[in-house]
This record gives sequence, C-alpha cells and structure tokens, in this order.
Amino acid sequence: MRYMLLIYGDESQIPQTPDGVAPEISAPWLEYTDWLLSRGMHESGERLALSSSATSVRVRDADRLITDGPFAETKEVLGGYYIVECANLDEALEAAGRCPGAMYGTVEVRPILGMPMPSAAGSGKSAG
Amino acid sequence: MTAPGGTNAVRADAAALADAGVDATLRADAAAAVERAYRDAYGSVLATLIRFLGGDFDAAEEALADVFATALETWPRDGIPARPAAWLTTAARNRALDEIRRDRRHAEKLTALERELAITEAAPMHVRTGGGLEDDRLRLIFTCCHPALPPDARVALTLRTLGGLTTPEIARAFLVPEATLAQRLVRAKRKIRDAAIPYRVPESEELPDRLDSVLATLYLVFNEGYLATSGDTPVRHELCAEAIRLAALLAELMPLRPEAHGLLALLLLADSRRHARTRADGSIALLDEQDRTLWDRDEIELGLAALDRGFAAASVRSYASVGRYLLQAAIAAEHARTRDGRATDWRAIAALYEALARIDPSPVVELNRAVAVAQADGPAAGLALLDELTARGELAGYHLLPAARADMLRRLGRRSEAAAAYGAALVLAENDAERRFLERRLAEMPAQG
Repeated sequence: MRYMLLIYGDESQIPQTPDGVAPEISAPWLEYTDWLLSRGMHESGERLALSSSATSVRVRDADRLITDGPFAETKEVLGGYYIVECANLDEALEAAGRCPGAMYGTVEVRPILGMPMPSAAGSGKSAG
Repeated sequence: MTAPGGTNAVRADAAALADAGVDATLRADAAAAVERAYRDAYGSVLATLIRFLGGDFDAAEEALADVFATALETWPRDGIPARPAAWLTTAARNRALDEIRRDRRHAEKLTALERELAITEAAPMHVRTGGGLEDDRLRLIFTCCHPALPPDARVALTLRTLGGLTTPEIARAFLVPEATLAQRLVRAKRKIRDAAIPYRVPESEELPDRLDSVLATLYLVFNEGYLATSGDTPVRHELCAEAIRLAALLAELMPLRPEAHGLLALLLLADSRRHARTRADGSIALLDEQDRTLWDRDEIELGLAALDRGFAAASVRSYASVGRYLLQAAIAAEHARTRDGRATDWRAIAALYEALARIDPSPVVELNRAVAVAQADGPAAGLALLDELTARGELAGYHLLPAARADMLRRLGRRSEAAAAYGAALVLAENDAERRFLERRLAEMPAQG
C-alpha cells in the first residue's frame, strides 16, 4: 500500500538563505530519509520551493487563467512530500509521526490510488 | 435486541414453517435460540468473519445476515446446534466463500482465503501471534475505535458491529436521522478499506494511546445513554447496557490493563444509581438528594470487584499513579459503599479528586475537589479553593460554582454573601428543579446577614 505524506508548515518558520537558494538539508531530515530507506518504505520524496514561487492555472471555457501564488492562501502551505510503501495505515502513521515536519507543521497521510500508464494498444495518440 | 432485519422477518418465516407443519414449540424454541445467539455471539462471529475476509466489513455483515436468516429456517427443522456461534461462523464463512466463487474476478483472493481457512479451521476463534493470544473481538474493537476515524463514527461502528445494534436503533439512540447514521457507517467502512486501517491489536508501544481511544469511545456510548434527558428511554438504557457489556469484554480480554477494569467499574457504579437519579418530574437528582435504597446493590458489588481488579492490575495502592477511569471509579465507589450519605469518607474523596486534577486538570474536577474538601476540612478550606477557581474565571456561566460557594458561605454564617451567591446561581441555573432548590435556600437567607 502506497501513501503520500504531504508536509504542510508555516514557511516563516523555515530558515531562509538571503539569495533565495534552498538551504542545505538539515540533519533531522537526512536522518528521517535514512530511516525510511532502512525500513524499505522510501519510494520518493521532494522538497518544494517557497509558495511565493507558485503559479496556479485554471482553464474555464477554454480560457487559461493564470494567477500568482498557491491554490489556497493559508498559513500552512505544502512544502514537500514523501511517497512511502507501508503495510497499512498504522505503519504510515508511524512514519508520519517521525517526520521532522510533524514537529512544527502537519503531515497529512493519503493513500495513493495510482495512475497506470496508458498501454500502447489503449492509447492511439501516444508514441505513434 | 432484535435479530437482523428485525423480528418481523423472524415471524414471517415462522408463519411459513407453521404451514409446513413444523411443531409450534420447536419453532418458538428455535426462534428464541436464534435471538439468543444474535445477542451473545453477533459481535464475535462478525469479528472472526471480518478477519477471514481480510478486513471486508460489508461482505462479512452480508454473509452473517444471510446466515441468521438461514438459521431461522433450518434450526426448527434440524434442531438447534450444540454450539450456535461455531455453527454461525462456519455457515457464514461458507456463504462468503460461495459469494466470492460466484465472482470469478476474485480467483486470487479465493486461493488466499481457502489457504487461510485450512489454517484457521484448527483454531477458529483465537490466533496465536508474536504478541500472544489475540481475540478477533479485540481486533474489531481496536479497528472500530481507530483514531483515524472521527469519534462519532467510532461510536456508531462499535455499536453496529460489536454490539449488533441495527442502524435504526443507533440512529434513534443518538437522535440523528437514520440516513445520517447510515452515511456515517458507510464513510467509516470506506475509510477502513481505502486507507488500509489494519485489522489488528496494536503493538505494545502504541497500545496505551490506542487503548485510550477505545476506552473513550465506550465512555461516550455510556454517557450518551446516561446523561441525556430526552429521547427514547429504553433505547438509551440499552446504550448503557451495551457500553457495560463491551467494557466487561475489554476487561476480560485485557486483564493486565488497569484502566480497562477502571472503566468497567466506573460504568457499573454509575449505572447502579440510575433508578435514583431522576426525580418524579424527570429532572436530575443530585447525589446527596438520591434515595440510596434505590441503588442497585448487585451492580455495586460487581463494580467494586472490578475496581479491586483494576488496582491489583495497577499493582499500586497510591492514587498518584493510576489512570483517570480508575480514579473516577474509586470516587464513585466511596459513595456506593456508604448506604447513608453522612458516613461518606470525604477525606478519601478529596484525595482522589486531587489525584484526578493532577492527571486530568479541569475546572469541574477542581470544583468537585473543593466541595469534597469543604465536607472533609470545613467550609473555610473549601471556600479558599473556590475563590481561586472563581478568580481564574474558567467556570464563569456554570451555575454549580456560585451554588457551591453559596452553600459554603451559608455554613460559615456569612449570610448576605451567601444570598448574593444564591442569586448569582439562580440567574445561571436552567433546570427548574435546581431553580426551586436555590430559591428555597435563598428564602432562608435574610437580606441583612
């Protein structure tokens, strides 16, 4: 069973570098990723740039609307994620509870339904 | 409690059997046996089925409902099985397998289940795992009370699956529309499936937190039946009885957990007072106004025994290191032990409230502690605690704070201050009987004291 751990937090709490370059990964995050790897749970995970760099897109009546900023203006914003492979929700909750992001923000645990790649036969338009 | 699909289905089948010439006595005996099996075994049979079906609540419930219907047909004809629960389990398992066989897409699942069937045949109710002997009902209760489910869904699911209450029964007890309750159950079961909430008893390191969630759910079920002053009374008492039954089951299955015994003791001792706690007009009678001859002595004995088992499991005699349910049960026990209110050991009660305030600080606990201290050490000592509480302003708007203050001031002879406090309590009191009591007291206080 795959779960996504969505890490939400208040960006003002995150140390920033003056030139906007992403700060180095701090020791707790490295240790956490290491722990996920050692348990065979780690599938992937990424940090996201600050939400001030986000751009949102909506298409309505064939018009593409582009707005500055994230989908929702909230104090706690999505800052990164992990995708983990766990036996069940209890394992995923344990993994979420160890995430450094849970110490200052919120880690949302969502089961992943998956998105099968279209097969060659099933999608005439691809690769052709 | 009634059989699945209501007793109407039972009666219709019985009528059909009457046509078929089945003896009326046999028929009645069999119907009674089915009802008894439903009451005693529904939860445990369902729990085993859910495990067997890999956590599929819906398939398990459907198979079990079918099998109860079958029992109504076959038991009058073939006789009542010697072990009804085992009969129901086997029949429902076969029914579920048939259902899966019919659907060829589930071939893989079927192989796995048939393998499981071969293993569990030897030990149908218990499975030995690394953690020791586990009972399916225990898995079921921990799954139903999983903190990933909203509290109202935990309550509904526990009553529906372990308690075997029907959806309309639960809806009636909680005064919510049946459709709302049904939706709540559907959402909860869907989340168990989609988020893969496991069907297991948590491991020892997470057990304390998870057990808290189970205890809180059962406490909520009980209080819903106990505290509410409106609604269908028999159904509401059914909730109390069900909470006690499940708490007894939990204490039996987890005998080393002091709080499991503590909750059972607390519920039994509270329930023992149910006939004394309402006045003729339906309002709540406070503890010192209750007719203690109406207290259920048998239930008190059961409660006191559970309390002893809890303290034995905690292997301490000091209040400082026991949990909230055991402490609350110990307070209830102090009252239950004295047939005459005047003999109450208020010093012990004050000490228990002090311990409770340390682990579960709340202004209501502080208020109760102050009242106990006033009884044990005199009104001045109690009043000092109440003044601290009043200064913090946390209970502003709660009429029992000025009412308790007024009582202590009256006993100290500070009559005009007492009159002012009675007046303040009167403004806040909503219950008519309480208002009449406060008015009577106020009338006893001359304007100049």
